[in-house]
Amino acid sequence: MRRLLPHPLLTVSLALLWLLLVNQLTAGHVVLGALLGWLIPFATSSFWPERIRIHHPLTLLRFLGVFVIDIVRGSFLVASLILKGPKRLRPAFVEVPLALETDLAIGLLANTISLTPGTVSANLSADKRTLIVHTLDTGDAAALVAEIKQRYEMPLKKIFEEGSE
Amino acid sequence: MIDILLSVLILTGAIFTFIGSLGLARLRDFYTRLHGPTKATTLGVGCLLIASAVYFSVREEGVSLHEVLVTLFLFITAPVSAHLLAKAALHLKVRSLVATPPDNDAPAE
Repeated sequence: MRRLLPHPLLTVSLALLWLLLVNQLTAGHVVLGALLGWLIPFATSSFWPERIRIHHPLTLLRFLGVFVIDIVRGSFLVASLILKGPKRLRPAFVEVPLALETDLAIGLLANTISLTPGTVSANLSADKRTLIVHTLDTGDAAALVAEIKQRYEMPLKKIFEEGSE
Repeated sequence: MIDILLSVLILTGAIFTFIGSLGLARLRDFYTRLHGPTKATTLGVGCLLIASAVYFSVREEGVSLHEVLVTLFLFITAPVSAHLLAKAALHLKVRSLVATPPDNDAPAE
């Protein structure tokens, strides 16, 4: 079972992706999508060394909600900062120590940070222990790190890593 | 009614995209400039895409979901490109307004 279907989640998402791409729901396309979803993970298996598991689906849903709200919030914030003028900005590089261990979770955290208020992830240290984040305007770096850890890292850790060790 | 909703969405989208581009032109160093295109523009394009999805779902047969895909790809690619740009800039020691962290990919001397 595991050899035949190494990444069930990836298979399902690829099949859905195919259906969205062709934009029509017919039996033929469902079969074709399922076939592609089954075959592509084999071709790309070196990208997915571990099996992806989602431990807390509800936490994932809540995380997605927070994510969408923060994208909107972040856009308004950045827009207002740009309009107020560049002189008032207090940009800084901030180091966020990571509690996450898997590549997927770290990647998702970096993506989330880049899409949410006033921060862009800039670099990951070679030992994957610290993420360097550039922030557009901050008065208190420690508070920002705490917010990132509490708002994004904890749910990601819960979703992808809890119980895996 | 639907026309009003669409106009509002398209206008909001245009305004945010404009502000994002304005940020690109107005901000003063490379790293702060990265913020405009990754965020304000994301919401701008998002609004335009929602407008497109609503328009084509109402005017034509069936629901139009291509826009969902565009959004998904945008959300995956925008942060990755921003991250790589920032990483490259750190590596090349681009002028910054604030102290930059050490570049861990620099060759050992």
